[in-house]
Formats: sequence, C-alpha cells, structure tokens
Amino acid sequence: MNAGKYIKNIFVGIYRLCQGMYITMLNFCRPKITEQYPENRGKKIYGERFRGLLTMPHDSENHHKCIACGICMNNCPNGTIKVITRMEKDETTGRDRKVLDRYIYNLGSCIFCGLCTRSCPQQAIEWSNNFEHSVFDPGKLIKQLNREGSSLAPKKTE
Amino acid sequence: MWSFSQLTDWIDRSLHSVMGDGWALTVEFILIGVAILVAYAVLALFLIYAERKICAFFQCRIGPNRVGKWGIFQSVADMIKILLKELIRIDNSDKFLFRAAAFFVIIGSICTFGAIPFAKGLHAIDFNVGVFYLTAVSSLGVVGILLAGWSSNSKYTMIGAMRSGAQLISYEISAGLSLMTIVILSGTMQLSEIVEQQGQAWFIFKGGLPAVIAFITYLIAGHAETNRGPFDQPEAESELTAGYHTEYSGIQFGFFYLAEYLNAFIIAAIATTMFLGGWQPLHIPGWEGFNRIMDYIPSVIWFFGKTCFCIFLAFWVRWSFPRLRIDQLLSFEWKILMPICLINLILMSVYVIL
Ligand code: SF4
Ligand code: SF4
Repeated sequence: MNAGKYIKNIFVGIYRLCQGMYITMLNFCRPKITEQYPENRGKKIYGERFRGLLTMPHDSENHHKCIACGICMNNCPNGTIKVITRMEKDETTGRDRKVLDRYIYNLGSCIFCGLCTRSCPQQAIEWSNNFEHSVFDPGKLIKQLNREGSSLAPKKTE
Repeated sequence: MWSFSQLTDWIDRSLHSVMGDGWALTVEFILIGVAILVAYAVLALFLIYAERKICAFFQCRIGPNRVGKWGIFQSVADMIKILLKELIRIDNSDKFLFRAAAFFVIIGSICTFGAIPFAKGLHAIDFNVGVFYLTAVSSLGVVGILLAGWSSNSKYTMIGAMRSGAQLISYEISAGLSLMTIVILSGTMQLSEIVEQQGQAWFIFKGGLPAVIAFITYLIAGHAETNRGPFDQPEAESELTAGYHTEYSGIQFGFFYLAEYLNAFIIAAIATTMFLGGWQPLHIPGWEGFNRIMDYIPSVIWFFGKTCFCIFLAFWVRWSFPRLRIDQLLSFEWKILMPICLINLILMSVYVIL
C-alpha cells in the first residue's frame, strides 16, 4: 500500500464514519413512534385496512346486508364461517326465499386472511379495529355476527 | 468561584478538634472511601439509565418508561433485582480466581475513579505522576478480565478474554500516547496542575491541531478500552453469548456491569480533565464580562456537563457502528491509530518548541 492511498483511506474513512453518525443523529431527533398500549386504549391508531374482528354492520332499523349466498363460507380456507339459513315467505312476491338465520363466526380458527370480506358481493361483512380478543373460555370465541331479529335491508328504490 | 476545599477544610478542622491526629486521619479516609463508593454506585445507576434512554432514542424507541415517571427508577429496580439473584457455582471452575476476577475489575475502576478531579477542591488522590497513575490503575481491569475468562472453564469466556487481552493492551498504547501529547504541552503529570493551567484556555484550544487530534484519538482508544461497541469483541453477544462474563451471575455479574459503565465515565472524565479543562469554566481571553458570567456556574456543573458531553459522544458512536472483526480491530490500532498518535506526538513537540 503506498503512502498516498494510505492517507486517502484514512480521510475517506473519517468521512464515511461522519456520514453514519449524521444518519443516526437524524434518527435520534426524529419523533418516536412507539405506541404506549394500555394508556392509549381507545385512540384510533390503526391503519385503514387493519383486520381486527369480523363484524356485520347493522343499520338503525336492525337491517344487515347479507343475502345468505354463502360465498364467504365457501371461500373461507378454514371453515371459520357458517351461514345458517332458513326459508321465509317474501311479502312482495309471495314466494319462498332463503334468508339468513344465524351467521356463525369462529374467531379461534380465523387466520384473518380477509377472503370473506373481499368476496362478499354485498359488502355485508367488514373488519373492525377491535383486537383485544383474549377470553378464558374457548366457547366464547364462537360468535354470532347478525343480531337477534335482524333482517335483510329492503332494496333501495331509486 | 466557590471551592469545595472550604467544606473539606471545615470537616478536617472539626475532626481534629474532637480527636487525635491519627484517628482524624482514619475517619477521613473512611469518609472519602464511602463518598467515592456512593458516588460510584449513583453514577453507575444514572449511566445505565442514560445509556438505555439514549440507545432507545437512537433506535426510534422510547426506552424504559414504566418504573416511575419516564422510567427514572428503572435502574434502581434493576439493581434490587441483581442483588436478589442467586450466585451460581460453576462446576470445575477455579473458585478462587473466579471470585477474585470481579474484584480486580471493580477495584481497578474505583481506584481510577478516585483520582479524578471532580470540582474545585474536590480531588481525592493527587499524585505528581497523576496521569501515569491513571493509565496504570485503569489497566488493572484487563487482569480481571483475563482471570474471569480463564477461571470460568468455558470456551466462550476464554475466547472473550483472549480477545479482550489483545484489544486492551493494544489500545492502551494509543490512549497513553494521546495523553502524553498533553503532558508535553503542559509539562506536568499532576492532574490538579494540568487543570489549573487550563484556566485561561482549555488545552484543546491552546494546543491547536495536535491537541484536537489527540482528543479524538484518545476518545477512540478509550472507547475501545471500555469494551463497548463497535469495539466489543470481548463480549460480542452474537458470537460469544456474553464473552468473558458469560458464567457470572448475580452481583458478580453486577460488578462487571458496573465497571463497564463506570469505565466509560472514567474515560470521559479523563478526556474532560486533560483536554476540555476539567472543572475550569469556558474562558475566552479578552472577553472579561463573558468570563465573569461563566465563573458563576459552579465547577461541579462544568465538570459533569463536559463529561456528559463526552459520554454522549461515546453512546452516539456505540449505537451507530457495527462491530469490527478482531483482525480489523487490531490492524486499525497498529496500522492507523498508533502511527497517527506517534506523528501527533512529534507535531506537538514541534508546536511546543516553536
Ligand atoms: S378472514 Fe379468512 S379465515 Fe377468517 S373468516 Fe374470513 S375467510 Fe375465513
Ligand atoms: S356475508 Fe356476504 S358473502 Fe357471506 S353470505 Fe352474506 S352476502 Fe354472502
């Protein structure tokens, strides 16, 4: 190694080290992103697409949008969803029609892949942000998503 | 500027008035010993907390924040935990050396700690070969590290200790040479005298370029001597679990841990004393009003402020760079740092003669 290269190496090295320290100093001054969990409970800190818990939204008249087609149940890789239907007489047409009786969702086997919400033709189910799922009894993990006495929302007349 | 010697003189006089000379001296020795040990422990707690917080900030985290407001009692809780832990006996280890090693490390660092001038009039050991004493006593730690590695009867500790021996002995040279440049400038090895001489201008300003280079090389070499990243091969946790103190537990491990942090403090304190004027306030020749205002700030604050600055530099480096390989480390010392120090020594001699 000749002398010129040796000295140049030293200065290049010093320059590079200063660069590295500059970067870490930037990090030092940056606002910290740590979330302090139990204190900030209830604050919305999650992204739009955060998958917490599968829910079925109901409107004020206890109507949901599920037409009981069962696509979500068929798409679910884990058999997590069970759509239990019953037949009911339609008032306008007078014919029998399949309606949702119970929508059973087993949180214990859900892998939160999101295939059910993606494939639903009605956008009847969606993700909520609630992530505090732990319970003492595994039976409590099996949830019914549609409320008691709820029914399909009537078609909007345009 | 208020001097601590008023306080120490008062203690001295009152002790002499109630008891004989011999007893007064004994009591004073005990008082100084206790004061140094307490200061040692408190500083260690503070440093551990500071290190964890600063490390966290460099990594965009918050760091300890559960024990007390902002986690300020975290290291106290850690201390209680470490005191309650079991001391595990290692089969087939050399029991006597195993126990002795931790004491070597901590005694070496406490002896160095005692020789630091903390403030005006607050200086326990003041030899006329102070600098020499500092370098000699601080290298006692390497004996402890080698003993710890040897006596634990484990491959990890052995490799860690060998690396540490190679590293510490090499870097001691650079550290000593950088201190020598300042000794050339000041013409004395007595620490109080060195600090006194920096009343007008700190050596880093007075000494020109050679002093600045010596300051930087001392920080690098000192940093390597404390076994902290990026020079932490002796404990390289990803290769050697914990290096030379792998087999230690409880308070014996605590001794190594304390000594590591206090050595970082000691290196910063020596750098402060030798280059940044110790407890002397910042004086700019000619600016009388400015100098007067600076004199109002107590000397303890000056000393600890400058030391904290040096410690912060060390933490900054530690959390910026990846660990070196052992051959890179040694060639860095022998091929780059030591030549620079030697040339710098000559530069400083020329500077002083001119
Ligand atoms: S997220 Fe995936 S696993 Fe969970 S219910 Fe939907 S389809 Fe099934
Ligand atoms: S939730 Fe959607 S996909 Fe599932 S049964 Fe109801 S309408 Fe069909």
